[in-house]
Amino acid sequence: MNMLLDLYWTFVKIGCVTFGGGYAMLPILERELVDKRHWTTMDDLRDYFSIGQCTPGIIALNVSTFIGEKRRGIPGALAATVGFLTGPIVIILIIAAFLTNFATLPLVQHAFAGIRVCVCVLIVQAVLRLWKKSVVDACALGIYLVVFVLNAFSGVLPVRIPAAVLVILAGAVGIFISLRRAARAGKAGDQA
Amino acid sequence: MTLLRLMLEFAKTGLFSVGGGLATLPFLYEMSNTTGWFSHADIADMIAVSESTPGAIGINMSTYAGFKTAGIPGGILASLALALPSVIVILIIAKFLSKFRSNRFVEGAFYGLRPASIAMITAAGLNVAKVALVDLNAFQASGSVGDLFIWKALILAVILFIGQRKLKWSPVIFIAISAVIGVLFSF
Repeated sequence: MNMLLDLYWTFVKIGCVTFGGGYAMLPILERELVDKRHWTTMDDLRDYFSIGQCTPGIIALNVSTFIGEKRRGIPGALAATVGFLTGPIVIILIIAAFLTNFATLPLVQHAFAGIRVCVCVLIVQAVLRLWKKSVVDACALGIYLVVFVLNAFSGVLPVRIPAAVLVILAGAVGIFISLRRAARAGKAGDQA
Repeated sequence: MTLLRLMLEFAKTGLFSVGGGLATLPFLYEMSNTTGWFSHADIADMIAVSESTPGAIGINMSTYAGFKTAGIPGGILASLALALPSVIVILIIAKFLSKFRSNRFVEGAFYGLRPASIAMITAAGLNVAKVALVDLNAFQASGSVGDLFIWKALILAVILFIGQRKLKWSPVIFIAISAVIGVLFSF
């Protein structure tokens, strides 16, 4: 029971100091879980991240579930996950409660108009950061362009394809291209 | 009933958004179009709030959207619903960890999923830009291209872009600066 509480509380703290999520929390996890508590190793942590990135859901949350599971099975996984969620939920609920009251103030509206410009730029930066690892060759660029057009102009296009369907199709196309490449490499190997 | 539908929508988002917080954006835009629970401007505000508070962006967004739709229970349940599918998937994967890592089907799927994910993030960026940088009403009223763009917003965007490349500050600081500029120059 103590271990579960410890897991919960540790992840409450981690959830409260991580801004931006994803890889931004790696240094914090390293300090709290590897250096201070010896709950996991840096290598395991990196693996959790790479798996967390290619499974559905939020990366930070997936990593929390992994570490909780490793410590105390399913109850541990739930304790760590709910712990990670606690801080952000409370903070956002407070902010959201205030925003509904103040959203009509001109001051707040001007501030948010300024902030929206910043959000645009932050998204552009995120895309630029992810680009190199994601759009690795011409086929990947093709997938990027097709998905972008179908998603961005879904309002104008005659058929609206839901985002979930785009994700599944992109995964299927990825498997198809990779298997064909592997088959071709196999054939080339036989001839040589 | 609304709560149940809210949970279903966010569980779906949690199940299909691969690659981190911003990957939830296309689903939020879709939810806005199909349910009318919140507007596109709400989503842009949501991103700003998420960027300036702790926690993963996706969780913050589900809490905020859930609260907008159904108050405090909505905020809590939407976040738990968002987390549920990935918790189940991770618990299963944790059992087969070593096999999963080198599976060529999984590798192949990710070859396709990664560019698709950032394509949808780009589209989400375009949606924010439509609210933040462009004034379609003014353009339609006057018909001149000069009125299409909100020029002071464009200038701020360029300055922020350069600033973020040169200075390794946290996004929170840039968001705070943008808020102050927005107030000072009445954006």
